[in-house]
Amino acid sequence: MIVPLEHILFLSAILFVLGLACVLARRNLIMILIGVEIMLNAVGLTLVGASAFWQQIDGQIMVIFLMAMTSAEVSISLAMVVYLNRRKGTVDVRAFDEMRG
Amino acid sequence: MATILFYILGFLAVIATLLAITRRNPVHAVIYLVNSFFALALLFYLLGAPLVAAWEVIIYAGAIMVLFLFIIMMLELAPTPEPERMGPAWWQWLPVLLLALGLVACTLLLIGLDTAGSQGVPHWYAAPRDFGYVLFGKYALAVEVVSFQLLFAAVGAFYVGKPESLKKTAGRKS
Repeated sequence: MIVPLEHILFLSAILFVLGLACVLARRNLIMILIGVEIMLNAVGLTLVGASAFWQQIDGQIMVIFLMAMTSAEVSISLAMVVYLNRRKGTVDVRAFDEMRG
Repeated sequence: MATILFYILGFLAVIATLLAITRRNPVHAVIYLVNSFFALALLFYLLGAPLVAAWEVIIYAGAIMVLFLFIIMMLELAPTPEPERMGPAWWQWLPVLLLALGLVACTLLLIGLDTAGSQGVPHWYAAPRDFGYVLFGKYALAVEVVSFQLLFAAVGAFYVGKPESLKKTAGRKS
């Protein structure tokens, strides 16, 4: 290990909190999705750091599954962004605060 | 040396992410985020995951972020610039240029670094061969499940993205 595991966890916690702040504070759907991406990457950093700490390959396999999950999530959610934009003509989340049916 | 590089790259990643989440223009945010992902890829390489580092660049920075850019441009979300000012101002591209230069310097340092492990550089790393054996041996079932997940995501994206007139569901009267 080149650095203690705590420092890797600390860096990944900073990145995760930045992504969470982006999700909570921004009102643009695209920026919210970007915040989700940042959080998933922080989790990936944790997994790779743990994999290096215990010198087991399993953590890196989890990162691959995480990337596949992210691809699926991004394709679905961007399609939904296109759909919502077609419905209301905006990507501001405040426009989507009512339910129907 | 690798330890110092870790802290420099972590600093660059945090700065790039901070800049990304505070941008008003989504295109600028995506560009800063690509920088952040490059820094993370170098971090992965430092932590003994060369294959994951390559995929971070290829999948995240290459595919997903380009998909974001494509959607942003398709929906015309970015504010259009004034016609008299051609090109972005210098203070708009200076931060991203500095970040990219820092990342290039780190990459060159990494290449010049002795990765054989003579000066405290990690001895352990996941070779792609071992990686493949574990992925398709121990986790073969999970690979199948993930392939199903990607198929479902593709079908769902097709359905959601289809124009309203083509859908046969009678749930909405419009």
